[in-house]
Amino acid sequence: MFERLDPRRGERLSILRPDGTLDPPAGVPLLGDPQALEAYRLMVLARQADEWAVNLNRQGRMPTYPPNKGQEANGIGALLALRSDDWLVPAFRELGAWLARGVPLRQLYLYWYGNEQGSHLPRDAYHTLPVSVPVGSQPLHAVGLAYAEKIMRSDRIAVTFMGEGATSAGAVHEAFNLAGVWGVGVIFYVQNNQWAISLPTERQTASPTVAEKAFAYGFEGVQVDGNDLFAVYAAVSQAAEAARSARLPALIEGFTYRLGAHTTADDPRRYRDEEEVRRWSELDPLLRLERYLLRKELLSGDQVDTIREQARAEARRAFEEAEGTPDPSLEDTYRFMYAQMPEVLEGQLRRQQPYVRPVEPPALVPPDSRAGSRQ
Amino acid sequence: MSVLTLVAAVRDALACEMAVDPAVVVFGEDVGREGGVFRATEGLQERFGAERCFDTPLSEAGIAGAAVGMAIGGLKPVAEMQFSGFSYSAMDQLFNHAARMRNRTRGALAVPLVVRMPYGGGIGAPEHHSESPEVLYAHVPGLKVVIPSTPYDAKGLLIAAIRDPDPVIFLEPKRIYRSLKQEVPEEGYALEIGRARVVREGRDLTLVSYGAQMKEAHEAAAHLHQEGVSVELVDLRTIYPLDQQTLAASVQKTGRLLVVHEGPGSFGVAAEVIALVLERAFVHLEAPPLRLTGADTVFPLPRGECLYLISGQRIAAEAQGLLAFRP
Repeated sequence: MFERLDPRRGERLSILRPDGTLDPPAGVPLLGDPQALEAYRLMVLARQADEWAVNLNRQGRMPTYPPNKGQEANGIGALLALRSDDWLVPAFRELGAWLARGVPLRQLYLYWYGNEQGSHLPRDAYHTLPVSVPVGSQPLHAVGLAYAEKIMRSDRIAVTFMGEGATSAGAVHEAFNLAGVWGVGVIFYVQNNQWAISLPTERQTASPTVAEKAFAYGFEGVQVDGNDLFAVYAAVSQAAEAARSARLPALIEGFTYRLGAHTTADDPRRYRDEEEVRRWSELDPLLRLERYLLRKELLSGDQVDTIREQARAEARRAFEEAEGTPDPSLEDTYRFMYAQMPEVLEGQLRRQQPYVRPVEPPALVPPDSRAGSRQ
Repeated sequence: MSVLTLVAAVRDALACEMAVDPAVVVFGEDVGREGGVFRATEGLQERFGAERCFDTPLSEAGIAGAAVGMAIGGLKPVAEMQFSGFSYSAMDQLFNHAARMRNRTRGALAVPLVVRMPYGGGIGAPEHHSESPEVLYAHVPGLKVVIPSTPYDAKGLLIAAIRDPDPVIFLEPKRIYRSLKQEVPEEGYALEIGRARVVREGRDLTLVSYGAQMKEAHEAAAHLHQEGVSVELVDLRTIYPLDQQTLAASVQKTGRLLVVHEGPGSFGVAAEVIALVLERAFVHLEAPPLRLTGADTVFPLPRGECLYLISGQRIAAEAQGLLAFRP
C-alpha cells in the first residue's frame, strides 16, 4: 500500500511544505478544501483547549494534564481518513483524535479534571475506548476489536495510537505479531514525538525508524511527517482502504514533536535543549496548515482571528461545564465494579455511607509552589 | 445424562455455549488443532470452525489483551492460559483493563470475558506448572474467580462464567481433571456464581475447601465420621465473591472452622474466610478457627511434590486437634 515509500530507505511521506505549499507525490489521496478547513477548526480547538488546560493547571484548577501541543495533525489527520464508526483506541495524548471523533471537549476535560464520568462514552455512539494510561497496553485491544469485526463479517476497522516509547513494551510486540498472524484490519499509529519523558528516540530503539519494524511482522510500515496534516491523511487513507477491503494491518509512524512537557508535572528543560524546541516550532502543524489555507484564500486573516476566539471561548465553556459537573457520589464508586453489586461490596458501601458527606476536595497545589520544583 | 470427567465437562460446557451463542470464541495456545494440552477443547475446532476455536501464538499478554478488545467488540471470548503459572504476563491486561473497564467508563463498556486456566500441583509437572494463583486474581476489584471441584459444577459454572457480564477467571484443578466421573446433564445449565455448596451436613465442625483439595477433604470427612465426628463439608466453588451467608450459617451451627487449601497460607483464601467468619459468627465459636494450607514456599519440583501437598490424613488430624481445643 505504501510501495513508493520505504522507511528502510529513509523515505518519509511529506506533502505540505512548511511555507504552506503542497508537494504531493503522484497518486496519494489529497484532503479536499472543506476537509482541510474542518481540520483547521479542529486543530485550533485542540490547541486552544490544550493551552487552556495547561493554564488551568498552573492556576491550580486542573490536576496533571498531558499537553498535545505540536502533535495535533496526527490524530486529526488520521481520524478524517476514517469512518465515524471505526474503532478509536487511544493512548493519552490524542486530544485531536478525540475532537475529530466528535467526543465533546467537556468529556475530556472531565476525565483529566478527575471524574470517571469523562470516560463515559456510549459504545455505539462513539466506538471510542477511554484514555489508556498503562503505556503500550492498548494496541492489543485494537487487535481484539478488529478480530471481532472480522468474524462478524463487518468492514469496520480499528486504529490505535501509541507513542514511540510504547514500542519498547512487550505488549506492543504481541499486538503487532497477532495482527500480522491473524490478518485483521488494524492501523497502528505511532506518534514518534522524539521524547518519552526524558528518553530520546535513539535511546528507545536502535532501529533507524519505528515504521520499518512492521515488515518483520508481515505487514507494511510507513513514516510520515506527523506535522503535516496532508501526509497523515494520505497515509491513513491508504492504510484504511487496505485494512477495510483486505484486512491488512499497517504501521504508520508520525514523525512529530512534543512542543510541551510530558505532563504538567514534568519540566522538559531538565533534559532537552530549548534550541531543539525552537527548530520544531517552525514546523508547527497548525501554522503550516494556516499558511496553506491563507495562500489558497480558503481563509482570511480575519477568519483566523475569529476561529481562534471561538475556540478559546469553547474551551473555557467546556471546562466550566466540567468544573460544574457534580463529583462522583460514593455509590458511583461502587456500583460500576460489576453489573450486579456483590454482597461484599454492598456491605462495604453500607458501612461507609454514614461517614460520607459532601466535602470540598483538597485544593490542588500549583506546580510552582511545589518543593524542589525548578519552574 | 452422560458420565463425564471434569475435563470432559469443561469441553461439554464450551460446546454447549458455542452451539447456542455465535459470539462465543475459544482460543489460546494449542487449543485449536490439538484440542489443548489437556484436551479440554478437543473437537471444538472441527465442529465450530477455525475462526471460533483457534490457536494463538505463544503470547499470554496478547491473548488477554486481544480478549479485552474482542469482548468490548461484542464477542464472548473464552481464552485459555495453558498453565496458570504462565498467566502472570497477562496480568497487566486483566488487572489494568479487563477488571476496570466497566467502572472507569461508568458502565459504557463491559468486558465479558472468561480466562480458563489449569492450576495447582500434584501431577508431577515441570517447574512453573503447578501454581495456585487464585488469591492474586481474587484480590483485584472487578474480577470474579471460580474454581469447580466436580464435573457437574465445572459445566454449570463455566456456562455461568461465559454468560456473566463481567470478567471471570476460571481455574481448573488439573489434578482431578480425570480422577472422578459424574453424571452430567447433556443440555446447557448455569449454576450461580458466588454460591458455595454444602457437600455434606454436619454438627461438630465446618471444613471448607475447594478445587482439587476437595478430594482429600472428602477423605478426611469420611474418616472423621467413622470416628464419630459430624463434619459439615463446604466447597467454596467461587473464591470471589465469597458466599458469606453459607459460610457464616455453617459456623454459627458447628462452632468450629477448618479451612484447607493447596496454595500458600499467608494472605490466602483461608485468611479471608476466617476473617469473615470472625466478623459474622464470633459468638458461636467454640475454638479458634484454623487454616491448613500450603506453606509459604515455592511449589517443589516433582521429587518433592508430595512434601507440599496436604493429605486427607493430615486434615483429619488437624480437625481432631481443633475438636480437642478447650479454652
